Amino acid sequence: MSSDTDEMGGDTEEEVMTAAEVLEKLEEAWLNEKFSPDLLETKTDLVECMLEQITAMEENIQRAKKGDFKISIHRMEIDRIRYVLSSYLRIRLKKIEDFTAYILHQESQRKEEDSPLLSPEEYKFAKEYQTSVEGHFNSLALRHMPANSQTLDHKLTVIQPNLDNYIFLRVNEDTQGILIEEETLDTGEEIVDLEKGDQHIMRYRPLAPHVASSAVSLI
Amino acid sequence: MFAEKALELIRELKRCVDGTMSPYNEDAVRQVLDEMKALFEHNQRDVSAAVAGESELYSSVHLRHAGLERNKRCLLAYLYNRLENIKKMRWEFGSVLPADIKYNLCEQEVQWFNKYNKMLANYMRSIGDAGGLDLTQDMKPPKTLYVEVRCLVDHGEFETQDGNILVLKKNSQHFLLRSECEHLIRQGILEHCVH
Repeated sequence: MSSDTDEMGGDTEEEVMTAAEVLEKLEEAWLNEKFSPDLLETKTDLVECMLEQITAMEENIQRAKKGDFKISIHRMEIDRIRYVLSSYLRIRLKKIEDFTAYILHQESQRKEEDSPLLSPEEYKFAKEYQTSVEGHFNSLALRHMPANSQTLDHKLTVIQPNLDNYIFLRVNEDTQGILIEEETLDTGEEIVDLEKGDQHIMRYRPLAPHVASSAVSLI
Repeated sequence: MFAEKALELIRELKRCVDGTMSPYNEDAVRQVLDEMKALFEHNQRDVSAAVAGESELYSSVHLRHAGLERNKRCLLAYLYNRLENIKKMRWEFGSVLPADIKYNLCEQEVQWFNKYNKMLANYMRSIGDAGGLDLTQDMKPPKTLYVEVRCLVDHGEFETQDGNILVLKKNSQHFLLRSECEHLIRQGILEHCVH
């Protein structure tokens, strides 16, 4: 049974990865998602690949001899993977619910060649969620208000993630010249070079593109 | 003073203890809406007077308008936070609301709960290709495969994955797969024994 976890590869992004590598990537994505204030790009490939792995592992356990002690180890492993997966998707869903309008706006601004922020399923959920919440407001309150306050102004009501939150990060690749602070009247601009292996606490906003390109990971 | 009632609604939210649901305060909501209507009508009268030349009325119009906005904001905040609470209930109790909580919701809120339920179920079913993933399971990182649980109420028969049938009687203790009994623990039927 050990062969499934080690050798059966899923092909994401054209290159062939082993299941262990996929899991590693998923764990990184999970931690990044957990600690970043904003919603990150969707990793649909990883999720689907891992789900297939779980199914395959479960089938293998069915075939295995009863009472084999390896079974419980593999079950434990499945439980752990499933926890990471569910937790990852749960965190995303929570962010989608909290910042629905903001995220949908971002998604509509996205250029054709950029990778999508939401998976198709998440997009559908976000849309439905937005409609239902607005419908609820409308039927209970807005509809009964005077004519000039019946609309919901998105500019005023939208809830945005706080991108200036401070985050812990570890550097994966040397990155030079990150502009941390714009030049203001009182102080000069602040530029930081990141060296591989360093750990920092910084504001999220200037680092957002580097989290996306996995030059740094959040811890 | 303007928006007093609306503030009362917000206070009510704040007072509500975690894991409970305060009754939907229909009276207060209606009073807030009535106040808004009165403010609006008063404003309309004053605006036409102001346009006709009584320019000292402008400041009171502004004040009333601020009151209107505040009322609207408080009212929406009240509804929104109740929705948040309802969502939390969905994750805790599953797709059927306990009767005492349902009693405290208004009709539209129950409808919204059902909609949310459906949305969430559709989403969870669409994850991956093979039948989806139940996100309401595995809420905590797994420590051990099996857990020792004690039954708090008479629940009746329970079939485990490998086909054995257990009778869950009050005060009996069992050694079960964590993934199987997590739901029952959250519903308060089983209790996780920690030594």
